[in-house]
Amino acid sequence: MRAYTPKDNVQKKPYYTDRYWVAPQVAKSDVSEDAVFASDLELIKTKFEVLDAFIQVGQMVVIINAVDNFGVIEFLKNELEYNQLSEMSAIDWLAQEGKFEIFYQMLSMSKRKRLRVKCKIAEKESIQSIEKLFRSADWSEREMYDMFGVVINNHPFMKRILMPEDWEGFPLRKTYPLQGDEFAQWYEVDKIFGKEAREIIGPENRDPARVDRYDTTRFARLGHEVPHGADISQGEPETPLCYQENEGVFLIEKFDAEKSVVISDRDR
Amino acid sequence: MQQANRLRPFFENITFDRADNELILNFGPQHPSAHGQLRLMLHLQQEQITKAHPDIGYLHRGMEKMAENMIYNEFMPTTDRMDYIASSSNNYGFALAVEKLIGLEVPRRAKVIRMMLLETNRLMSHLFWLATTALDIGAMTVFLFAFREREYLMDLIEDYCGARLTHAAVRIGGVPLDLPDNFLGDLRKFLDKLPENIKDYEDLLDTNRIWKMRMENVGVISKEMALSWGCSGVMLRASGVEWDIRKEEPYELYDEVDFNVPVSDKGDNYARYKLYMAEMRESAKILYQVLDMYEGTSPELMAHAPQYISAPKIDIMTQNYSLMQHFVLVTQGMRPPVGEVYIATESPKGELGYFINSQGGAYPYRLKLRAPSFWHTGILTDLLPGHYIPDVVSIIGTTNIVFGEVDR
Repeated sequence: MRAYTPKDNVQKKPYYTDRYWVAPQVAKSDVSEDAVFASDLELIKTKFEVLDAFIQVGQMVVIINAVDNFGVIEFLKNELEYNQLSEMSAIDWLAQEGKFEIFYQMLSMSKRKRLRVKCKIAEKESIQSIEKLFRSADWSEREMYDMFGVVINNHPFMKRILMPEDWEGFPLRKTYPLQGDEFAQWYEVDKIFGKEAREIIGPENRDPARVDRYDTTRFARLGHEVPHGADISQGEPETPLCYQENEGVFLIEKFDAEKSVVISDRDR
Repeated sequence: MQQANRLRPFFENITFDRADNELILNFGPQHPSAHGQLRLMLHLQQEQITKAHPDIGYLHRGMEKMAENMIYNEFMPTTDRMDYIASSSNNYGFALAVEKLIGLEVPRRAKVIRMMLLETNRLMSHLFWLATTALDIGAMTVFLFAFREREYLMDLIEDYCGARLTHAAVRIGGVPLDLPDNFLGDLRKFLDKLPENIKDYEDLLDTNRIWKMRMENVGVISKEMALSWGCSGVMLRASGVEWDIRKEEPYELYDEVDFNVPVSDKGDNYARYKLYMAEMRESAKILYQVLDMYEGTSPELMAHAPQYISAPKIDIMTQNYSLMQHFVLVTQGMRPPVGEVYIATESPKGELGYFINSQGGAYPYRLKLRAPSFWHTGILTDLLPGHYIPDVVSIIGTTNIVFGEVDR
């Protein structure tokens, strides 16, 4: 029987993991250990529901409800001096709990503090755009939509940014294979030459280590010189290498100018 | 087989001569002054831009996806291909993020070597920026001068790691090699010469009539706009925000060296140009101090953490347990603890951040690359309207965007 491979996560897995191995944790410390973060968190808590908060690697992580995302970030920007949105994107937890986790990485230059706001939404849910607060979210949210298919509400220009506009599938989901899916294989062939050329050209293969031994248009092996594009899938003629010493190559010993012909038409 | 009409780019079919006299111009993606695969759709009234729409993704290789399918050490050479003008700074950002995740302390000699790599990379990047931007504006001499100096630096890097462009010269936990014998002397010779070189560039450009006309009061970014668009590095400092991650959140040995952070409140192209020149001088200053730090450090180059980092080669070749550890780390990869980290470093282009979500596996569960150029390209949407076509070239020049980093 073939070994079962989970279809909800097709990313690479280690081939061996010790059965008694327990992954260690990066230390999480309590927010009260840092005075600045503690006071910030208190202020956030007065207005919004905070599901969890802790400090990890020197940065506070605040987990909120997804409906509060605009409000919390507006509050952080206007009241708590977090004046830049460094980064935002999503993490795919669809296989585990059917949800995306969205994180907003904030920076306060006056306090020299970095803070991460996180919230979770279900696969079909959408989230409020924060483009009104930070223009940088315009492109980040587009990238998030492009890569994960997270739909943003009230975004001014909700289109794909990195992938072509007519692309199908969301590349950073765990269900999307690294080499691309079937749509990706035929995308360029269909687009440039049309579906009717599929049989002539064949699917695009993005495996960089792939070598097709029957491909005579791009590969030639010594000892097996065949005409360009010849079909060798049914076997190929032997063309042994011969050296001049073995009388393999015709060598002109005497040149007779009288008998020679000057070729004027090169296509003759 | 090949149908002519299918190959025709579809923007050729739009109406150019419209009733409102608006012209849509496609700038790129193969335009030499677009500094890579940038396509700008510009709506024009005469020569003035009314609307700009940058289109990116022509160099998208899916690095974040690749990272999810690679062990941590395997991903290191891939980071080279982000900002390929200063690839060691990308290597370093990734190494630092993983080190913070694991909680590693790097030996001092490795730190000194990393500082040298980071600052030589900054110089290389700034010289490259100067050369290409000057070439776009038409200053051929500066291009040749700056490339000459960059060549010396590339030779230095080549002496160190063998590569000129994609260095992969940093490892998680340290650096792979010690400096070659001639390195310190050669670097010092270069640094002694550098002030004259910078003066040469400035003599050619600072008061140059054409340069000033193309640069002064062109592409003015206000402080609010820069902050809102997530600008960092020179783009932010030219707009009057004094924020350099090396100074504010020091990593490596930046808290031990003395340097200034040049700031300008003009926000135009010329201010950015002046900051790049000033930063080169500051880099040289840092390098002088780092050169003196090298002497007297103990010779360890990699952190000692057998669970994550292979032992030195001599141990691997002589001790059985080190060899076993090495074998497991190479074939299966290190498994950092479960957790999340976002680490920002000041790359030559701006804030280069790595967000890593590890679930304790050998492959990162999610890796987000925060490349500064992404937002420096995005800001063109708001920055270009109102400017004229020739300004587009100089503005793209001073944003210092690299498309390996924008598209990732």
